[in-house]
Amino acid sequence: MSDNHDSASGVPTSGHVWDDDLADFVNQPPKWWMLGLTASAIWVVVYLLIYPAIPLPSAGTFFKGIGLPGLNVPQPGVDAKDNNKWTAIKELSQDQAELDAVRKPFEDKIKVMTPAAILADDKLTEYVTRSGKVLFSDNCAACHGQNGKGTFQSGKFAMREQGYMAPILLDDDWLYGGKIDDIYTSISGGRQGMMVAHKDSLSAQQIDDVAKYVKAMSEEGGKDKADADSAVAAGKKVFAESDCTACHGADAKGMAAMGSANLTDKIWRFDGSIAGITQTITYGVNSGDPQARVAIMPVWLKKDEQGHVVSKLDETAIKKLAVYVYKFGGGQKDEVAAAPAVEAVPAAK
Amino acid sequence: MSEATNKQLDNSSNVTDIYSEHIEWATNLGEKTIHAKRAPGRFRTLKYFTESLWLIFFFGAYLRWNGKQAVLLDVNNRQFHIFNITILPQDIWMVSLLLLLMAMTLFAVTSVASRVFCGYFCFQTAWVDLFTWIEEKIEGNPNKRHKLDAAPLSLHKIRVKATKHLIWFAIAIFTGISFTVWFVDAHSYWDDLLHFHLSAIEKATLFAFTMGTYVLAGFLREQTCLWLCPYARIQAVMADSQTILPAYDLQRGEPRGKLQKGKVIEKQGDCIDCFQCVQVCPTGVDIRDGQQLGCITCGLCLDACDSVMDKIGRPRGLIRYASLDELEGRSVKKIYQHPRTFIYVGILLLALSGIIYGLTHLGNLTLRVAPERQPLYVTMSDGSIQNKYTFKVLNKTDKDVEVKVSAEGGIPGQILVDADKPQLIHHGKAAGFTVFVKAPGANVHEEVTKIEFRVVNILNPAMSAEYDTVFNGPEDEHGHEHK
Ligand code: SF4
Ligand code: SF4
Repeated sequence: MSDNHDSASGVPTSGHVWDDDLADFVNQPPKWWMLGLTASAIWVVVYLLIYPAIPLPSAGTFFKGIGLPGLNVPQPGVDAKDNNKWTAIKELSQDQAELDAVRKPFEDKIKVMTPAAILADDKLTEYVTRSGKVLFSDNCAACHGQNGKGTFQSGKFAMREQGYMAPILLDDDWLYGGKIDDIYTSISGGRQGMMVAHKDSLSAQQIDDVAKYVKAMSEEGGKDKADADSAVAAGKKVFAESDCTACHGADAKGMAAMGSANLTDKIWRFDGSIAGITQTITYGVNSGDPQARVAIMPVWLKKDEQGHVVSKLDETAIKKLAVYVYKFGGGQKDEVAAAPAVEAVPAAK
Repeated sequence: MSEATNKQLDNSSNVTDIYSEHIEWATNLGEKTIHAKRAPGRFRTLKYFTESLWLIFFFGAYLRWNGKQAVLLDVNNRQFHIFNITILPQDIWMVSLLLLLMAMTLFAVTSVASRVFCGYFCFQTAWVDLFTWIEEKIEGNPNKRHKLDAAPLSLHKIRVKATKHLIWFAIAIFTGISFTVWFVDAHSYWDDLLHFHLSAIEKATLFAFTMGTYVLAGFLREQTCLWLCPYARIQAVMADSQTILPAYDLQRGEPRGKLQKGKVIEKQGDCIDCFQCVQVCPTGVDIRDGQQLGCITCGLCLDACDSVMDKIGRPRGLIRYASLDELEGRSVKKIYQHPRTFIYVGILLLALSGIIYGLTHLGNLTLRVAPERQPLYVTMSDGSIQNKYTFKVLNKTDKDVEVKVSAEGGIPGQILVDADKPQLIHHGKAAGFTVFVKAPGANVHEEVTKIEFRVVNILNPAMSAEYDTVFNGPEDEHGHEHK
């Protein structure tokens, strides 16, 4: 290989010399090592050919896979005699079948049970909250926020301090009711908040007074403020005499049936500042006014005339979501009298 | 090094013949099979005893304790059973301490007395010793074996060789089985084995360890110690001139020379150049070249040389366990005069006390509580602040238990929502559930308040576990409302 030799040992070198006497030995690697290298090189070729790596029409291994003893994976569109051949796709479908088999007993039960019955069963609830998490992240989190913690409106409405894009689902304030069946109904049928714009029926001064009164009601001892603060007192008068009580009730606690907000609690669907409340009262919610608040919960369950589900989510998925949302911590038990309420989109407070 | 040595020897022409044999031994790259001579002696006997510790490996797994396998490293179900103790993944930190302990022991011993592990305890040494013992029984002494290896193929050779390999293979299979039964129930494993019902992983383990044993102990032998073993490579950094190891007393032995007419020549050293020390060496090195990578410090050359010294009427110990300092006449430090002894012992004690602490504090119920991070807290309609906690309770006993949750600290007036319901925790399993803590908003003054959760076995209040975590609130007491 080389005419150069190390002077001390007589071993052939590559001929490069550094620092006067450093040289590269060109000793042969051990024989076993060379054999291993050659064997690996041959194996690479063999492996490429028999492993489904190159689409060879003659071998047909690319789509059918390599034969493995003991494997039996039927695959649609593939000859039965190739059932013992391995491909990644087959392995995937095998794994999926395994998973489905584990889920099946749960899924079968959920299909025929009511959401309330699922909730009563600890094991099912555990199962449902796990699969519900995935459903929620895929379908609901965009508006309600990851884990239902709420997310702020962005884009077109961001400038108007819209507040939360959709209600926080973790608390115990529900515009349309927080019982398991209410939640199911809200998801499957959707909700549309409604509040008329008051910019024509009330003067700016009146709106300002009502806003102050509404704000005061949510605060500790707020109702008594009316006696001390003239603006609040004026607002109280407007609230009682105009159409406010028609929807929010004389006690201002809202009505779950129509999704009007409870104005006496600490939860604000939209911006809870005086300016924010003024904005809501002036332009309303989904009122048709271009500056109105927008609050729309889409319909998640749609069926065609034959009764087939045509929406992305079916009843089973919505049951899971209802239980999952209920379990966030704000769900209301059936015995308890319905508090104010809503799931999904609501009117302003 | 051997290259240079060879070159030098080639140049000194008139002794070349004498040392031709030596050259052959010194360049051990596996081309030549080493057939070491088996000679009796103190260290040979000691080695038999230490190696027989491996009988525990073969038979220990069959020991039963309270009707179950006494030591079962149940990797499948992720739990180790060691007599009465069950170690679950949560306690696995103790295993890392155990590994530290073993590594430190190895280092400490190496620095004091070099590769004691290699020579007397290592599985490679032990299995090679067993394999060559069988080889000797079947093929005869090293001379006969060399001849047989060189002989042309004959019916006799095939018969002898086949017998040997069959026995080797049987031992290899038994080794594979013995390894596996530490990880699955030994009795049902044999049942599965005899009915060919082994799982894929059991088959793979059996195959790997059978082939590993057969190849490493039957064929690679000393090559494993020379070129595969990482410990052999790093032991040099742990040894120094005070480390005792099998050493040839150069001053006494040199100049070496063969006996003439059965007499030692006066001006010659004690070494009679009989090569007995090389003949018995399982790795085929010549200890007279000084400390070297190939020497596994098995002491067999000490036995060999001692018996030669006895024959020629010289004192024993031409080759002996000695430090370099001792051989070169420098003062020898005592073990306790080395700072490093203290460092090693210190780390050893730390690891040991960690393990003892762990084993005595295993507990039978453990609790982990993760506060919800997204969001940290929720404001409820009445202005109260709610926190969500995910509980993980691990029941290490062999019975199912029902636990109740309670809390200490936190916010005055807080309530644990739905916590009155007992939670069932299956034995040997971890169960997860959620607990909400709701506190009046007016009482929440800090962003973070300490809270301690406790789970108590309903039937046996002595069995409980605690976990410290926090209750999260808004930035300031007036900041309840959302922006
Ligand atoms: S066995 Fe002892 S006397 Fe014989 S060659 Fe080895 S060191 Fe020298
Ligand atoms: S040189 Fe001696 S101590 Fe070292 S491996 Fe060989 S026989 Fe054993």
